[in-house]
Amino acid sequence: MTKEKYLNFILITYLIFIFVFIFTPIAFSVIFSFNSQRFPTIPLGNFSLEWYIKIFNDPGVWQAAINSVIVSLVTCILATFLGFCTAYSDYRYRFKFKGLYLALVLLPPTIPLIILALAMLAWLSKIGMSGQLWSIICAHSVLTAPFAMAIIRLRLNQIDPDLESAAWNLGGSEWATMRYVILPYCKPAIISSLCLTAAVSFDEFAISWFVSGLNKTVPVIILEIVQGNIDPQVNAIGTFVFFTSMTLVITAQIFFLTWQMKGKNK
Amino acid sequence: MSYKLVTFKNVCKNFEKIPAVKDINFDIGKGEFLAIMGPSGCGKTTTLRMLAGLEIPSSGEIRFNNRLMNNVKPHERDTPLVWQSLALFPFLNVQENVEFGLKMRGLSPKIRNKKSLEWLEKLEVKELAKRDISTLSGGQKQRVALARSLVMEPEILLLDEPLSALDAHLVIRMQAVLTQLQKELDITFVYVTHSQSEAFAMADRVIIMNVGEVSQIGTPKDIYRSPTNRFVAEFVGRNNILSGKVYDIKSNIAYIKTNAGCFNFQLDKNKPIQKGDKINYIISADLMNFSSVKPQKSNIINCRLISEEYVGSIVTLFLESTDGTEFKIQITERELSKFNIQNGNKYWLSWSEKNVHVLIEE
Repeated sequence: MTKEKYLNFILITYLIFIFVFIFTPIAFSVIFSFNSQRFPTIPLGNFSLEWYIKIFNDPGVWQAAINSVIVSLVTCILATFLGFCTAYSDYRYRFKFKGLYLALVLLPPTIPLIILALAMLAWLSKIGMSGQLWSIICAHSVLTAPFAMAIIRLRLNQIDPDLESAAWNLGGSEWATMRYVILPYCKPAIISSLCLTAAVSFDEFAISWFVSGLNKTVPVIILEIVQGNIDPQVNAIGTFVFFTSMTLVITAQIFFLTWQMKGKNK
Repeated sequence: MSYKLVTFKNVCKNFEKIPAVKDINFDIGKGEFLAIMGPSGCGKTTTLRMLAGLEIPSSGEIRFNNRLMNNVKPHERDTPLVWQSLALFPFLNVQENVEFGLKMRGLSPKIRNKKSLEWLEKLEVKELAKRDISTLSGGQKQRVALARSLVMEPEILLLDEPLSALDAHLVIRMQAVLTQLQKELDITFVYVTHSQSEAFAMADRVIIMNVGEVSQIGTPKDIYRSPTNRFVAEFVGRNNILSGKVYDIKSNIAYIKTNAGCFNFQLDKNKPIQKGDKINYIISADLMNFSSVKPQKSNIINCRLISEEYVGSIVTLFLESTDGTEFKIQITERELSKFNIQNGNKYWLSWSEKNVHVLIEE
């Protein structure tokens, strides 16, 4: 075996191990969600939709799902809007302390979640906004806006700098140029960012748990179920969450990759 | 010049205190094809961008139809620009690109459709109307970019090195398209380029810029045959420039002494020259004669052939006199074939005293 083949072999094996390591627990969770037995043991019992029926009939789970959907929908729109604004201001304008501005904008994901959650709780309760659905939306927007900004900024970096001037030159006001040139150009990045921020918000536990009060989201209710007893409902819920997130992330990735390729071909 | 469409008066532009354009003054006539030419960094593109409102002059006045334009926003002007990068919108198809300006003006879809197809047809790319921009060739993109600007039916069209990305044969083709369009539509064209051949082939007048200043304004012939300063003489190329001192004047012939030898030239009534003046003595490469035997004339020099350069049927020969001065001569390939030329051999160059252009050194 040549050196290169040897290296390739090691790398591929390593990659397989990583995937196995990541996906085995998830796969088991999916498998056990269809298992009739109460305890997750092998050999498996019969195929059963019992747990799905159970969560389907549980109003608490439904409420959590609705909460999660509302939170992630509003969050993804807010975060993408904020992210777009910061990315555009970075692309378009030069100003003093721009480095500091960008550092501050990108700060939230670098703070440990638990600390961010505590800080959010303290702050939101001080201004009388804690314990509501809005509190989660607010906190999640802060957390995910930097991701949105990073994705959209990447797209704006590829734009031909003359494109915007060309639109002005053809009689487009600054707002019309935003509407007919910048936004269409950023469309793949905006869709990508909507999906990704929604996925992050949908999965997020720590902050939701701290600031949600009685408005539980899906990850919060999962914890509550697990704390109470061992209940395969969790697997059923987990399966739903997993597929929702994966769909969002893969959609984001598809849009991201298509424009990256186009950018390279240009 | 007939009607002055555009006036630049004492216009300066600084970028963070570094001057890009220094006190330029000129007019652009209605229906004129004006080329602005110069080496990179000479301020030609900045000048064009100021005209489009994309840069605001630091001082001075720019007038368009006698209206002061300094603070008019780009989208409130009617000065479409054809970009060096073309700047076509990649997310729109060909026809949507051409319709863009009309849409911004608020015209109805029906009129937009009609006008855009009309212009695509004029530029012979109507069949591409529904195509994606990324599927077009360089020449096709060029035509679409032109259609996008011309559909606005402006009084003036600005072009920023629009042909620089094209292959040589396409450049010639597009030059013909441009000049024909300009004559047909009777629109003023302002064409920025670093290419002398493009500027001289198309323009009615040429402005030569250097380090932010206007070096010379004139017809291509003026600039080629009568450069007013040494920069222009060197920039337009293919000029033999000798520095020397006038040591004698007899009737209308002046005699000068240079490092390469003593030569003479015919005096111009409009240009008073006195004994002792330091001058630049310029002979265009295409006004020189080439021979292998010594001609019986006054302005001759014996040179060694260094190299040849062929562009089509025109040959440029590079030679060196005994004192090391370089000479250039342009002759047709057909004429050159009469001589048995060989690098390193010695030949005679000669020129008429009437074909000498003289600049007094400041």
